[in-house]
Amino acid sequence: MTLAQTIPINLPAAPSRSFWHVVGRQLRRDPVAMISAVVLLLIICAAVFAPWLAPADPFKASMLRRLLPVGSPGHWLGTDELGRDLLTRLMYGGRLSLLMGVVPVLAAFVIGTSIGLFAGYVGGRANMITMRMLDVFYAFPSVLLAVAIAGALGPGMSNSLIALTLVFVPQMVRVAESVTTQVRRLDYIEAARMSGASAFSIIRVHVLGNVLGPVFVYATGLLSVSMILGSGLSFLGLGVKPPEPEWGLMLNTLRSAIFLNPLVAALPGAMIFVTSIAFNLLADGVRSAMDIRK
Amino acid sequence: MTSTIPATPDRGGPAQPLLIVRDLKKYFPVRRGVLERERKFVHAVDGVSFSITKGTTLGIVGESGCGKSTTARLIAKLMDPDSGTLIFDGEGVGEFRGLELKSFRQSLQMVFQDSFASLNPRLTIVETIAYGPKAHGLTTAEATERARALLARVGLEPDQFGSRYPHELSGGQRQRVNIARALAFNPRLVILDEAVAALDKSVQAQVLNLLQELKAEHQLTYLFISHDLHVVHYLCDEVMVMYLGQVVEIGPVEQIYGQAAHPYTRALLSAVPSTDPAHRTEKPPLAGDPPNPINPPPGCRFRDRCPHVEAVCAQSPALLPARNLPGHQVACHINDPQSGHSAIALEQAA
Repeated sequence: MTLAQTIPINLPAAPSRSFWHVVGRQLRRDPVAMISAVVLLLIICAAVFAPWLAPADPFKASMLRRLLPVGSPGHWLGTDELGRDLLTRLMYGGRLSLLMGVVPVLAAFVIGTSIGLFAGYVGGRANMITMRMLDVFYAFPSVLLAVAIAGALGPGMSNSLIALTLVFVPQMVRVAESVTTQVRRLDYIEAARMSGASAFSIIRVHVLGNVLGPVFVYATGLLSVSMILGSGLSFLGLGVKPPEPEWGLMLNTLRSAIFLNPLVAALPGAMIFVTSIAFNLLADGVRSAMDIRK
Repeated sequence: MTSTIPATPDRGGPAQPLLIVRDLKKYFPVRRGVLERERKFVHAVDGVSFSITKGTTLGIVGESGCGKSTTARLIAKLMDPDSGTLIFDGEGVGEFRGLELKSFRQSLQMVFQDSFASLNPRLTIVETIAYGPKAHGLTTAEATERARALLARVGLEPDQFGSRYPHELSGGQRQRVNIARALAFNPRLVILDEAVAALDKSVQAQVLNLLQELKAEHQLTYLFISHDLHVVHYLCDEVMVMYLGQVVEIGPVEQIYGQAAHPYTRALLSAVPSTDPAHRTEKPPLAGDPPNPINPPPGCRFRDRCPHVEAVCAQSPALLPARNLPGHQVACHINDPQSGHSAIALEQAA
């Protein structure tokens, strides 16, 4: 009766391809995303392997070699205001800066998606109360909120991580909730409900997979924001403390040298810029690769 | 198929209707502003009662917005009714000592109109079909095997299609997958909510034939919701006509198509495009739109558009057995000799 029955088709069995396999293949065809990924990989490797790769000790100061220009012998990227090798400090600084970018977003991703999924799937009054409570956070600009929370908790690395997480949770919840609300209305959720399966099973199999994609993309976009906010907190003295190397803090301490040696003073900022742009471009690539219905 | 979910047993025997729906009501509140109280309601389904005989197909027809799909969703318990009872094979659904919701859901499945939205885009079609049996306790291997067998039954080669994603299939193929998913539960009643409306005519015919075959094989009972009167004529044993959330007429398909008793049914049927060029449908059978379903006035809801409207129509007509037509019910004063509608006097004089 059907084509498949009447005509013998000798096609090979379609290979079983997982969703992420398809996404990976799409991503490899995107040159911008691939370049961003390579740049990020280099920066991450440089940060992780800094103790083995760095040419000098990041804390060794020298009064004689202060603010050497870029390209000086022995100090390719110059030295900072205390004569410490800038290349070394940039590599070590990446450790804390990347940590500031990744940890709060990861924590907010887990917390925010859980709350958002619950609120969106349950709907009704529980959803409204949750969302209105989180709307309070939206009354403040995120920079101000991060500064206020970090200030209230006191300066320090872990406190600034907590502050950044709290800033991102409402945003993640909102994205997760709106996607869940959309997905929940689709017929395949109704079909799953008709199966008599438990709400937990429906959320795990049918809702989560379709919600994680957009939420994940939003989270990758937040990585750069988190890094910049973290650097901002360090710049204001609320995050990492000197002499610990961190890009935002380095930008702050080199600020006074901006007229003496502008190129050196701008380097930490350039690192923040390049890393966040790479994160954003990669996020864009992932977003379009995940749209399998092209 | 080595292992299946056992079908719920036939308890009441052939004479017991598979599903009895009594006085189903669903009003949706209309909110205009924050301060305005919820005083206005869309009467989406307003006192619908009917029953489906085992092994038959009941068609529900009516204009868009007449409450067909809401009725289906209420029966499927995807929505809670404001009032009304469901009796499935002699047992009250969700009542104390009645049929449990989980086994009711297994006995009743639904195929939706939008074949794409009703499939999870992240699951392969075998995973989609196997999900339900797994929820009912089959192992992954058993459920997968069952899914593959069902795919083959609905005409999709499991080796070729099983690991595909919904976006890689055509509309007709996706609807076959949806039918296979519904069958995976071994249901007794399948609600087909405009299940073939989005398919083009040739595919529609194939899917309808498939549905007919499956019905005979699995002793299924169908509730077929459609606005396509040709398809309803082809597939259904009984037809229920709805207008603004109420049943206006219900009866065997040939009687409805040949001797419709309600003016609305007659208008609806005369609006069907004729396949004979010598008998073109030229003048519109009805003027105007259905009235607003928000707080409709009492009385016959069709009276604004009815060619036989009289003073008595300001009172609501009851759904009564039709005169001279066995198994046929009509909600119209013309059918009721006690109503005093002049059409009856004319008929009796003639």
